[in-house]
This record gives sequence, C-alpha cells and structure tokens, in this order.
Amino acid sequence: MTASRRTGTSLNRRPSVSEPSLTPEARRRADRARRLRRGLPGLALVAPAAIVYAVFVLTPLGATIQYSFYEWDGITQATWIGFDNYARLFTDEELFGSILNAFQLILYFSLVPVTLGLIAAALIRKFGTSRLALVSRTVLFLPQVIPLVAAGIMWTWLMATDGAVNQFFRLIGLGDVTRAWLGDFDTALPAVGVIGAWVSLGLCMLLLLAGMTKIDPALYEAVRLDGAGPVREFMAVTFPAVRQELGVAITITVISALRSFDIIYISTQGGPGNSTLVPGLEIYYLAFLQREIGQASALAVALTVLVLAVVLPLHRLARGKEES
Amino acid sequence: MKTSARELWLGRGLLVFVMFITIIPFVSLFVTALHEPGTYPAGLEWPEDPHWENFGNAFQAANMAALLKSSFLIELGVVPAAVLIATLAGFALGHLKVPFRRTLFIIFVLGLTLPFEGIIVPLYYQIRGYGLLNTQWAIILPLLGLFMPFAVMWMRAHFVNMPQDLSEAARVDGASTWQLFWRVHVPLSMPAISSLAILLFLWTWNQFLLAIVLVDDPTKRTMAGALGAFQGQWGTDIPMLCAGSLLILTPTLLVFLAFQRQFVAALLQGAVKG
Repeated sequence: MTASRRTGTSLNRRPSVSEPSLTPEARRRADRARRLRRGLPGLALVAPAAIVYAVFVLTPLGATIQYSFYEWDGITQATWIGFDNYARLFTDEELFGSILNAFQLILYFSLVPVTLGLIAAALIRKFGTSRLALVSRTVLFLPQVIPLVAAGIMWTWLMATDGAVNQFFRLIGLGDVTRAWLGDFDTALPAVGVIGAWVSLGLCMLLLLAGMTKIDPALYEAVRLDGAGPVREFMAVTFPAVRQELGVAITITVISALRSFDIIYISTQGGPGNSTLVPGLEIYYLAFLQREIGQASALAVALTVLVLAVVLPLHRLARGKEES
Repeated sequence: MKTSARELWLGRGLLVFVMFITIIPFVSLFVTALHEPGTYPAGLEWPEDPHWENFGNAFQAANMAALLKSSFLIELGVVPAAVLIATLAGFALGHLKVPFRRTLFIIFVLGLTLPFEGIIVPLYYQIRGYGLLNTQWAIILPLLGLFMPFAVMWMRAHFVNMPQDLSEAARVDGASTWQLFWRVHVPLSMPAISSLAILLFLWTWNQFLLAIVLVDDPTKRTMAGALGAFQGQWGTDIPMLCAGSLLILTPTLLVFLAFQRQFVAALLQGAVKG
C-alpha cells in the first residue's frame, strides 16, 4: 500500500494471482472475456466522464489540428494549405513575437513569485501557527480567489498616470520615473508581469510553506549545532525538502504565463503596438476578429505543444526527486 | 528551536510587507469607488464626501441581479454534475479493475495541462452547431468536459488510497458495485469531494474566455465574463468602474471568507495534484 501510494502510474498493477503457467489458449481467452464482463460496471462508471471529455475536449482538439492545415475564414470553403500556417508562426513577426512575449512573461509570472515566495516562506516558517501566520494565510489567498479580470482592472487603475503607483513614486521623490506603465512600450510587459506576480505570490508562498512545515525540526537543530548560519541552513535543509513543492509552484506559474489571457485582455489588449501580445490573445484576435481560423488553430496547436513541452520535463523532475 | 530575534523580526516585517502589497489594490479599488462619478481621482486618497450611492448605481448599471442569477445557474449546471461524474470515474479508475484503465488514465492525464485557448476555436463552431451560442449551456457543457481531466485525476488519487479490504468486506456482505460506491465510498470521501466542489465552483465563477467567446449577452455569462463587459462599458468612468468591480468581486470574497479553511486547503492540494 505505501509503496503503491508513492508511484503515481503503476498503482493499478496488481500481480495476477492463481494463473497456472500451462493455461491453454482457449482458457486464456475465456479468462479475458470473463474479466471484461466483470469490468463492465467499472467501464459504465467511467463512461459519463469519458463522453463529456471526448465530446468537448478531444473532438475540438482534433478539429484544431485539422483546421490548422487549412486557410479558412469560417464562412466560405476552406482550402488545404499544408504546413503554411505553421511556417508563418516562425516568419511572421507578430505571431513569433507573441510567443517570445509569453516566454518573457515566464520571468515575471513564475520566477519572481517563486523566488519571493521561497524567501518569504523560509523566513515565515518560524511562526508556525501564530495569529500572524493565520491572518496572512487568508490575506495572501485573496488574489487567487478573485477573477483575473478583476486583478487586471485593479492594477490598470493602480498603474495609470494618476494611479497609486505613480503617487507613491512622487511621494518618495522619484517623480521622473512616473508614466502610464501599461501604455509605455518599454514598461508594458513588465507591468503586466507585476499583475501576474501579484496574483500568484500568495499561492507560491503558502505552497512552499506547506512543504517546509513537514521538515523535522531536529534537522534544523543539527545544522545549527554544526554552526551553520541562516543561508547554509536554507541550502542544506529547507531547499532539498521543498524541491517537490518548488516543482509544483514553477509548473503552475509557468503554465499560467504561457496561457495568460484574462489579465492582458483587460489591461493592455496586447498593446501598445504588439508589446504585450501573447499567444492566447492572438488566437482570440485571429479567430474572432480577423477570421483567420486556420492561422489561429496553428497557433493554438503550437501553444498546446509548448505548454506540454515545458510541463512534462518539470513534472518528471518533481516526480523523480520525490521517488529517489 | 533557537532562532535569533533578528530573523524573527525580519520574517514578521516581510510577512506584513507582503500582506500590505496584497491588500493595496483592494484598498485602492474601494477608495476610488467612493469618488464622484466621472472624475479622475488621484491614486490613494479618501474623498472629502464619499459617494456611497456609487455602489447602488453600479448595482443597477451592471445589472447585478441578472448577473448573480446567471452565474448561479451556470454553477448549478457545472458543479454538481462535474463532481458526480468525476467521482464515478475516479472511483472506477482508482479502485476497481476496469479494463483499459491504463489507457483511460493516460488519456485523462493528457488533458491536464491543455490550455483552453487551444480548443476555443472549434468549440465555438461546435456550440454554434448545437444552436447553443449565447445561452448558459454554451458555458456549462464545455466546462464539464474541460474540468474532467483534473476532476477525475483528483478523485482517482483519493480512491487509490482507500483500502481494498473495505470493499472486500462490503462485497462479502453482498454489496453490488453501485451499493459499494454509494453506501461505503461516497460517505467516506466527503472531504475530497467537497474540496473538489470548492475548486470547481471558483474556476467556473472566474471563467472568462469561454464566457466572452460563446456568450454575447453579459447577463448570461459568468461573473468574470460580465466584469469584462462592464469594463468595456464603463472603462472611462473610473469611480463607477471600481464600484462595479468591487460589487462583482464581493460574492467570491464572501464565499471565500465563509469557507476559508477549506478554500486554502483545496487550493494548495489542487496545486499539488494538478
């Protein structure tokens, strides 16, 4: 039981009991039929979930792949154009730029909150169940609970020319740096990144904190007795213990960076120019405003592959560490 | 455990600072909502005479009564059904010997990280084909499918850890699979089921992309979708926009504060399992 709990996928492998090694072919076939019959109630239980999943996810996924090979405006006859839509992903500056922007956003949506979350959690670990820790749990979750659209609206106003961010800069005598953060070519992408970082900082921190509370305090005693300072203590005890949580935090924030849509749709619509255009938004524009269904679908396929390509290695990393 | 006072204070200070950063946008939203409609307030500043009536006006302007009704209809269509069918499937895949279970498992896992943007285009044509565009069904049905990978994996992970002896004992007593499920396993699984329900409730409420693509009428959308439309309409009247945003936020905040313990636990677990 404990062994199977650890290894995610091999759980269902139970050794088959009482199967004589000299089973004749006929008997084996009868056996299989019997097992299938006995499995039927189980299959029936899976069926509703499998059907809605097949109809509303797998079918459209197949259709996306199919559309991606056509030039189609959604109304007239579609024409087969092979891989042209995919080729354009690399040659068209706007399309390729949206993918590059998504990768830049990883820096803000993932690296920033995970790093800050790690530092904060390491310092906070010491409070255990104090009132401060409990209150902060509630407060830090607020951004996770509200719609991303609301986060976008709040921050759009905060970072506007007359918003609180500029007010703060003027207050501390940095009046020169004030600007419309989301409307400036140089700062729009980082500004959008700040919104994303704000949204996930709390989750990252509490996730890592949860990992840290599982650490045996005796380990800390031991390294402290060895004369380690806070930094060595962190590297030797805390960091190895939260590797899995770290993997999870990185995975979910990277996914949210790659498929960011809500925040950007609300705060910048991809502008100024295309400086904050991301694949999710570009898919929406291409399909529903420019009526280039094929091109939108090719980008959708690319985005899906990209997410998988980033997530699978991360997932394996976290898993592998967990098992070793 | 020995920790230096300096570290403790550093930790406290940092925690307070992070909380402050988290809260500021909410405070700014609230303060701005109290200014005179149509004005351009200067950042964080308490107005000389607070316009509390802004909230009432925003309630009217956003058509909040209709919005709430629509959002709850969508929740009602998504959450109970999704939880039920995911629990059935999770039970079968995690606890019974279902034929092809490995294949089924892998197929569900594949959907776990699928971005909604990846299938939104065909979904539009599919829903249009069913004649369901601009109805709540246009959001309910796709969400049922889109939530399945996570929901099934979540319930499966729970049922994998349920002892087989329990089921064997029930079988010896003559329970059918169905009875085993309803009488033995569902009552024992309520914590996992309610956490899942909380997560799905939240994700449905906050669903934006499906709402703006598949439903034109903001009063038939989810809360997040309606908020998007509200911003489009009142984007230039900052106090009004802030008041409306705050109103649309409030239901989630209330639900969160009421169930915060379960919410935090569900979100943390959801992150780990997702």
